[in-house]
Amino acid sequence: MSFLFTVSPDFTPDHLSGWYIFNTWLQKQTGVAIHLEMYNGFNAQREAISQDKVNLIYANPYDAAMLVREKGFLPLAKPVGESDEAIIAVSASNPVSDAAELTPGIRLAFTDDPDVKMMGMIMLEPGDLDVGNMQSMPCDAYVQVAKHLLRGEADVGIFLAEAYDGLSEMIKKQLKILVRSQISVIHHSLMIGPGLLDKREQFQQCLLGMTGDEKGRGVLESLGFRAWEKVDDEEMEFMIDLMDTLTL
Amino acid sequence: MINDMNPRDIVGEFRETVLNLYGGMQRKVFYTGIETPYPDGKLIVSTTDPTGIITHVNQAFIDMSGYTEAELIGAPHSILRHPDMPSAAFKDLWDTVERGEKWQGFVKNLRKDGGYYWVKATVVPNIRKGVVVGYTSVRRKPSRTKVEECIALYPTLF
Ligand SMILES: Cc1cc2nc3c(=O)[nH]c(=O)nc-3n(C[C@H](O)[C@H](O)[C@H](O)COP(=O)(O)O)c2cc1C
Repeated sequence: MSFLFTVSPDFTPDHLSGWYIFNTWLQKQTGVAIHLEMYNGFNAQREAISQDKVNLIYANPYDAAMLVREKGFLPLAKPVGESDEAIIAVSASNPVSDAAELTPGIRLAFTDDPDVKMMGMIMLEPGDLDVGNMQSMPCDAYVQVAKHLLRGEADVGIFLAEAYDGLSEMIKKQLKILVRSQISVIHHSLMIGPGLLDKREQFQQCLLGMTGDEKGRGVLESLGFRAWEKVDDEEMEFMIDLMDTLTL
Repeated sequence: MINDMNPRDIVGEFRETVLNLYGGMQRKVFYTGIETPYPDGKLIVSTTDPTGIITHVNQAFIDMSGYTEAELIGAPHSILRHPDMPSAAFKDLWDTVERGEKWQGFVKNLRKDGGYYWVKATVVPNIRKGVVVGYTSVRRKPSRTKVEECIALYPTLF
């Protein structure tokens, strides 16, 4: 029998092959047969989780709460130095310079990345903006959010900070950042769940040891990570409580 | 325990008053009319034990309150209590979280230097293995409209 591993659909597409390389490495190290399944979007992935098909997941902070509290998952590790931050941007030609100056009725472009959208909405609150008084423009990818802003089809865009920073210089020159979040404690985590929990320590040791050998370092590089760092139960609980204060 | 504020820490012209805090504690506070704007993009985070004693603060908390981490850890959370805040707001906070629910409200906090800052605060109970081990509060930047509403409303609640 093989276990099922999946990755939150908000990962950067450049690292798709990295996750397959990682999965191969993990199977070799642990001797456990693991199948990597990439779902087409959040809904398909949530459906698989609700049917208890998933055993291992690189989860976004939003899903982490549900995975721990409802599905009995526990944290393994997080990538060192990576935290989830959001950016509110407008077109460079927009006279607005503070999110609080934005007015109801504006057209908002965003992706279905749940924690990024949540952080973005929090940064729009100071201008009394909420889902009820903005026009939503859902997008499949952050590049699309940028394009809507450049074409003047959207007034404001919410970006994952990492995705914004990765846009081409030509695009970034035509955009303007109003707010960049500096939260630093919200992060994706690799989590282990039903069926595999007895292997938690073994997995954790493999992950933490990756920087110690050359192959492991190469695998990390293909994921765009420096190293994995252990996440203990209380750190995860703290992040879940924090997320809970933000989802209202 | 909580000490009186020290006039030497205060920046600018100030007024003084004595706050009656929970458990019969009294504190002399000095307060000015100087507002520190909420920092864009940041969250102010603290955690308390079940009685409201601070057990954790983040850097944004330290920066905005003006106290050092050492002064904050172990102090009651009322170290930030501003005389313009009606007690009813905090009674509602405690009643709500003690029922195991999430509380949200707008709070004017007192800084060590006598100034103040407005926040939109959310408090949740930290439940571990079914037991409340403490509370976490996360503050974000409030909308000016909501703050103006509170400035008009709070004096009527005394
Ligand atoms: C997690 C948590 C965070 C709190 N944050 C604040 C705060 O920022 N400012 C404040 O005046 N009171 C805060 N309180 C409420 C105080 O504990 C206290 O009730 C309040 O300052 C009024 O003082 P009193 O209860 O001694 O009358 C917080 C309470 C909890 C549980």
